[in-house]
Amino acid sequence: MKELVRKLVETYGPSGVEEQIRAVIRAEVEPLADELRVDPLGSLVVHKRGSGGGKRIALDAHMDEIGVMVTYVDEKGFARFMRIGGVGPLTCIGARVAFADGTMGVIGVERKRDDPNKVPTFEQLYMDVGATSRDDCPVHVGDAAVFVRPFQAQGTRLIAKAMDDRISCAVLIETLRRLEQTPHDVYLIFSVQEETTLSGARTSTYGIEPDLAIAVDVTGTGDTPECRPMAVELGKGPAVKVQDRGMIAHPAVRDLLVQRAKAANIPYQMEVLEFGTTDAAAMQLVRAGVPAGCLSIPCRYIHTPSEMVDERDVENGVRLLLEVLQAA
Amino acid sequence: MILKELAEAIGVSGDEGGARAVVLGAVREHVDEVKVDALGNVLALKRGTGEQPLRVMVAAHMDEIGLMVTGHDGDGFLRVAAVGGIDARLLPGSFLQVGPERIPGVIGLKPVHLLREKEDQEVSKIEDLVVDVGASSKDEAKKLAPLGTYAAFTTPFRELGPTVSGKAFDDRAGCAVLVELVRGERFGFDLHAVFTVQEEVGLRGAQVAAYAIEPHCAFVLEGTIADDTPKDKDVSPTTELGKGPAITVMDRSFIADRRLVRLLTDTAQALGIPYQFKQPGIGGTDAGTIHLTREGVPSATVAVPCRYIHSPVTMLSLDDFNNTVRLMRESLSRLTRETLS
Amino acid sequence: MEVIPLLKQLTEADGIAGYEGPIRELVRQTWQPFVDEMREDKLGNLIALRRGTGPEPRPKLMLAAHMDEIGLMVTGLEKGFLRITRVGGTDRRVLLGLEVIVHGQQDMPGIVATRPPHVLPEAERKASVPWDKLFVDVGLPAEEVERLVTVGDLISIRRETVELKNRRVAGKAMDDRACVAAVTLALEQLAGVRHAWDVYAVATVQEETGLKGAMTSAYGVAPDLAVALDVTFGKHPGVPDVDAWPLGEGPTLGTGPNFHPGLVKRLKEVAEAHEIPCHMEAVPGRSGTDAWAIQVTREGVPTALVAIPLRYMHQPVETLAAQDVERAGRLLAAFIAGLEADFLDRLTWDGTAAR
Repeated sequence: MKELVRKLVETYGPSGVEEQIRAVIRAEVEPLADELRVDPLGSLVVHKRGSGGGKRIALDAHMDEIGVMVTYVDEKGFARFMRIGGVGPLTCIGARVAFADGTMGVIGVERKRDDPNKVPTFEQLYMDVGATSRDDCPVHVGDAAVFVRPFQAQGTRLIAKAMDDRISCAVLIETLRRLEQTPHDVYLIFSVQEETTLSGARTSTYGIEPDLAIAVDVTGTGDTPECRPMAVELGKGPAVKVQDRGMIAHPAVRDLLVQRAKAANIPYQMEVLEFGTTDAAAMQLVRAGVPAGCLSIPCRYIHTPSEMVDERDVENGVRLLLEVLQAA
Repeated sequence: MILKELAEAIGVSGDEGGARAVVLGAVREHVDEVKVDALGNVLALKRGTGEQPLRVMVAAHMDEIGLMVTGHDGDGFLRVAAVGGIDARLLPGSFLQVGPERIPGVIGLKPVHLLREKEDQEVSKIEDLVVDVGASSKDEAKKLAPLGTYAAFTTPFRELGPTVSGKAFDDRAGCAVLVELVRGERFGFDLHAVFTVQEEVGLRGAQVAAYAIEPHCAFVLEGTIADDTPKDKDVSPTTELGKGPAITVMDRSFIADRRLVRLLTDTAQALGIPYQFKQPGIGGTDAGTIHLTREGVPSATVAVPCRYIHSPVTMLSLDDFNNTVRLMRESLSRLTRETLS
Repeated sequence: MEVIPLLKQLTEADGIAGYEGPIRELVRQTWQPFVDEMREDKLGNLIALRRGTGPEPRPKLMLAAHMDEIGLMVTGLEKGFLRITRVGGTDRRVLLGLEVIVHGQQDMPGIVATRPPHVLPEAERKASVPWDKLFVDVGLPAEEVERLVTVGDLISIRRETVELKNRRVAGKAMDDRACVAAVTLALEQLAGVRHAWDVYAVATVQEETGLKGAMTSAYGVAPDLAVALDVTFGKHPGVPDVDAWPLGEGPTLGTGPNFHPGLVKRLKEVAEAHEIPCHMEAVPGRSGTDAWAIQVTREGVPTALVAIPLRYMHQPVETLAAQDVERAGRLLAAFIAGLEADFLDRLTWDGTAAR
């Protein structure tokens, strides 16, 4: 599975420009799907028919990653940019970014700021692609770039940019690969635009009308120095979400995940996230409501280019989803 | 001139009647069906020739920002709150039209002569301002402008040569472009021209209209920020007057569908129509709710650059206006099923 | 039905946003005698139908009052103390010293506590306590707590509802159980009355966390008209006059973009005809109530808001006038009784048909 993760995290795919990552995921899932389609906003929806008698279940992971978009090219060929999704100024300084065609940029900060000790604002950052004027600048207003950082494994830790949420895409793909039999009608949504607007999950779910929805996404941990208290730790198992800032997990879905984990002796943790939300928040409100929950992969350094997960949590996440799908 | 009529009409979010009347009068003869829905949106259908079996929604919002009366002072002044995003700095010194009778009102500040030190640097919050309609008692004020009465700016429309000025070009400019499109030849597809309500308070009208229509794709027409006045740094003006219609790639409410953006830019380049990209990340439009409807609606926003939007006086270039109409007409003519595949 | 005992019963029940089970059961039993059908939807909204007598297909009116309340949740265990966070907009300024109930393996009484002022630095003593310095103490040894409590367990505010002078009533969860009470009174009054429209009374869930129950229940019911009921700010020193309404002078009717002017006008006329005192409330944008979500469901729903003035919102001492709850109930019943089968045809915008 490490190779799959490497391929996924290193592919370009910021919110709104998901073509490349969709093609990579499509190649992985097409041979395993009964039906496959791309819906109006670009989400990839895979249908795996069950043996019958079960429910219609939608699983979801988002394909898009955070990044930056060029907002202006000045006279000297430097580009100003805005963030795509939850990017912070601190992770930008000195970072390298790559555009769809491979063009690279370096992010610099205005040295002549009022207070050099304060965190700079996005207006005080700029991108250098090696141009000398507006005319010879290879990037234009509206072009999007992602952070560049190679995938690395060390012990059981996996480190890369875009673990959020390519690790969950890997979980879904692996689950689909190992799924032998299920009574349920299973849909796997690889959604677009989660980092900006949760658009993909919401609209895809409208088309599917599931009885139950489980989003798979990363969540934070409370196990690094002087961090905000949080009961989730790397390596202690996938987390069952109770609530986050955008959603209260449906108790039935939350309990289902806990029961299956207990019955199969899969380690798990309970998660309350104080900031941020996932596709599940949007899926829950579609039409007349969908019981929705979230299975989270604990992750340190979320929304930095070095997101870190533990492969045991990932493996246990796959096992737990299989338990949910294979039982009635 | 339809832009003049539309700009001078009154229609604050939630009370769009004045603008709605002008819109209905302008489009009625040119469409096959027109109706007003539960929220007050005008939904007009101009059937296509049948060549392109598509439903295309093109929307512009009728509502403008304004004020609402929230209380009455002992001395006959009105207390107000903002409807939509009003910049409080622009209110002092302005003329208003209050209520359906369009009673004139003014907002003033404590005279500069009476200010204490540094007080002139402060900006009054809307809660601290009052509107003076000339009433001399609380009861009189209550009778003239009961709780919930709307107030709008009064600025008349003026032609300045290559540019025009007036109030509410956001989004009466977009409405005017849409009226021109509706008045022209039929397209290959069914054109659902929607003049929406309540964009300024949360993109509300567009949401329910899109649900009713179920379009295959949508275009939103706007009057957008042109910040091309002198600055200290070499940074984006968002859009510039004279550089043509502004196409959105991404703003705070949605990401434009790249296939539709390509249709617009390919058309502009083929016909030599000037265009610009609006600075990404600024503002939001009806596309924000339209694109989330049902199973998703690929959407794009095209805007006429306007200086000083959300102030009592806005300004646009007639060339930009005409080029926006032209770009939309030509792009829509080239829109086919294949564009969206 | 006596309103004060009803208020007491409804507000003392448990039902934190997302976990409305106990209050839902109570509302179900309370509404049973006055409705023809009831069902629970996927998010837990309770949807009750009183059929009208007009010719089919009958138009649908939806009444919405939210049954969820704000509360707390366990986020971690530390040496036998519980770290907490809010569910909905719980006001942390009033948490210190509050008695709560922790719903773990069993219900346990607890206290919201923090370090005493004597040992705190000056600056911290003057500031209200941030969430990560608050904890709940259940008075048990750490091993017991580990056994009985898990991350994600709910914590409710423990508070009895009391009657003050002048039939004012104070307790927790008046927001919005007072309106559930108003809807109950309306349903009771309609029991002997013919009305043309089908009435869907909905006790919604998760209003406090984002109007979620209203959004999904309105989609499911697909009403032609809707009236939401919630609380608004009651007059109180320190609250500007433009933002608050007096207790005991009747409910308020919202006016502004969130509400259809024709529907609001009708409610106003009914109030005047039945001598039910009420005030207009100017709402220039978001109403912060279920009405905001319902109005933009499907193809749009003409919506109105009836609100009961309430002091100390989101604090466990929410205070209102019982008379205002009774008036809201009477207003709803009178409005429904007088709603003509063809009312929608008359509900126009500037003289053009709404349908």
